[in-house]
Amino acid sequence: MSSVGERHGEATPVGVVVAEVTESELDGAELLRRLGDSSDGAVIVFEGRVRDHNGGRVVVRLHYDAYAGMAADVLQEISREALARTGASAIGVQHRIGSLEPPSVSLVVAVSAAHRRPAYEASAYVIEELKRRLPLWKREEYADGTSEWLGGHTPEAGARGDAMVMRGTE
Amino acid sequence: MSGRFPVHVQLFGKHREIVGSSVVELELEAGGTVADLRGLLAAHPVLGGWLGGCAIAVNRRYERDESVVAVGDEVAIIPPVAGG
Repeated sequence: MSSVGERHGEATPVGVVVAEVTESELDGAELLRRLGDSSDGAVIVFEGRVRDHNGGRVVVRLHYDAYAGMAADVLQEISREALARTGASAIGVQHRIGSLEPPSVSLVVAVSAAHRRPAYEASAYVIEELKRRLPLWKREEYADGTSEWLGGHTPEAGARGDAMVMRGTE
Repeated sequence: MSGRFPVHVQLFGKHREIVGSSVVELELEAGGTVADLRGLLAAHPVLGGWLGGCAIAVNRRYERDESVVAVGDEVAIIPPVAGG
């Protein structure tokens, strides 16, 4: 149990437990179990799901393509940055690829931290950063039989967070 | 050193679809950079018009235009990413 005066980040650091791109079905509760037991006061599981609509069109399927080898590296790096920045103690993140129908889970992020603030911050950091630089793409397939690759973000060179990792605890 | 060397550029997303392949083969001059690579890609008959907003990854890192590409490097064009 943590005392009122304890600062964020004093929980025993567990680190990045899982950071992967997978074709398997995702389960937030299962990912949270993989973070293990701890006395942390806050855990968050975020599940991102495939929407059945976008821009007024009915989406019947979403196809995800990834640069798998690099994507795993980027997820690992983003997760390390999140831990270093927030003091959360453990993170697991999985992104699914392949063809998914709504409302399948496409992304799970599980965080454990001593307190709620680092847990929320780490969870949000992982999601925002992966949208900026995870080498992964999606093609929406619509009810009328058409499909479209969605536009997104241009990753910046050097944006794999070297500076932040160096400031971290590794 | 002088001469040219082959570069196998990996494609993803829309690029893979429009080219009908997961890779394009280019030849880069020794000492060539990411900018030189972009120049060659811009001249590609299919890809040329689809490079807006793309990043270049070398050995699984996003690289700047001035970075040198070496023999055996793993090179990929990264269209605008859309995870989540």
